[in-house]
Amino acid sequence: MVGEVVKRVLAIVFILIIGFWMAKALDQVPFGQDRMLVGKYYLEHVEEETGAVNAVTAVVVNYRGFDTLGEVTVLFITSTGVAALLWRKKRKRTAKTEGSVVLTTGARLLLPFIMLFGAYIFIHGHLTPGGGFPGGATIATAFLFLYLAFTVYEIDHKILEPLEGLTGVGYVIVGLTGLAIGGYFLFDWIWQTWGIGKENIGRLLSAGFIPIIYTLIGIKVGTELTGIVDNMIKEPEEGGQ
Amino acid sequence: MSDWVAIFIAALMVVSAIFAVEWRDLLAAVIGMAAVSLFASIAFFFLQAPDVAMVEASIGAALSAAVFIFAIKRTERYENEEEGTGWWVRW
Repeated sequence: MVGEVVKRVLAIVFILIIGFWMAKALDQVPFGQDRMLVGKYYLEHVEEETGAVNAVTAVVVNYRGFDTLGEVTVLFITSTGVAALLWRKKRKRTAKTEGSVVLTTGARLLLPFIMLFGAYIFIHGHLTPGGGFPGGATIATAFLFLYLAFTVYEIDHKILEPLEGLTGVGYVIVGLTGLAIGGYFLFDWIWQTWGIGKENIGRLLSAGFIPIIYTLIGIKVGTELTGIVDNMIKEPEEGGQ
Repeated sequence: MSDWVAIFIAALMVVSAIFAVEWRDLLAAVIGMAAVSLFASIAFFFLQAPDVAMVEASIGAALSAAVFIFAIKRTERYENEEEGTGWWVRW
């Protein structure tokens, strides 16, 4: 008992010391003053350098495109890990009760609109808030809706997995094309070399490869999250290996 | 956004988080966790970060809750009652 108490007192003292030094460090930073030099650079140069109106998207896909490739890879590994952990030879839907009338009717009515909204989010990522990750997640919610509403529904695996792989490969191919044309990976060749869409900044056909990459990411995130939902909801058959 | 709305949403988030930890019924706890994400999403929207709000709403509130519910369906719905004390004593 005494050991426990000593441990806790030590923990509290340690936290207090860390908190004191953190507060002292934060005290040096003037509050409310603009110190964000990198952010200011992005905001001033984003239109001429990338053609995107939405600066967040320009940073995510253009300036920090390699990080985004890493993020997509992390999501891919997650999806693969879930699939590997839950892998069985024969698995199927085991839900017994059909969804309620509200759920099935709502799924039928809302599904196209949810899909459309998701597609809108990632296609217009360089113009309006959002991008590949929110769009893909929205599309995955639409498929989750389908899985919940209909007991027999199962996504077409002949389309899902190849699409997931192809979009990932497509991202790397876009990056490698930039390497071949401009000299570094994920160089924005459509905007900087070809100069397509220079005159209509703020419209759909601008911003170089940002809409292309975000469409690829949107489809990839959507298929991956749908794959996770699919893997979680199905259960192995009786006696199946 | 006025300060009182921000404080109200933050308070709702804290209350939902405490419920999510404390409820023994795991299904209810998942709903509490989804509520945290939902209020966070509202807060993000008012703080002029609509893209983060969209991600938080779709992944935090919908998809992760669904994944947890599928996991609960395969395991057990109720937590074991081995520790009887509340959060104010337990730490």
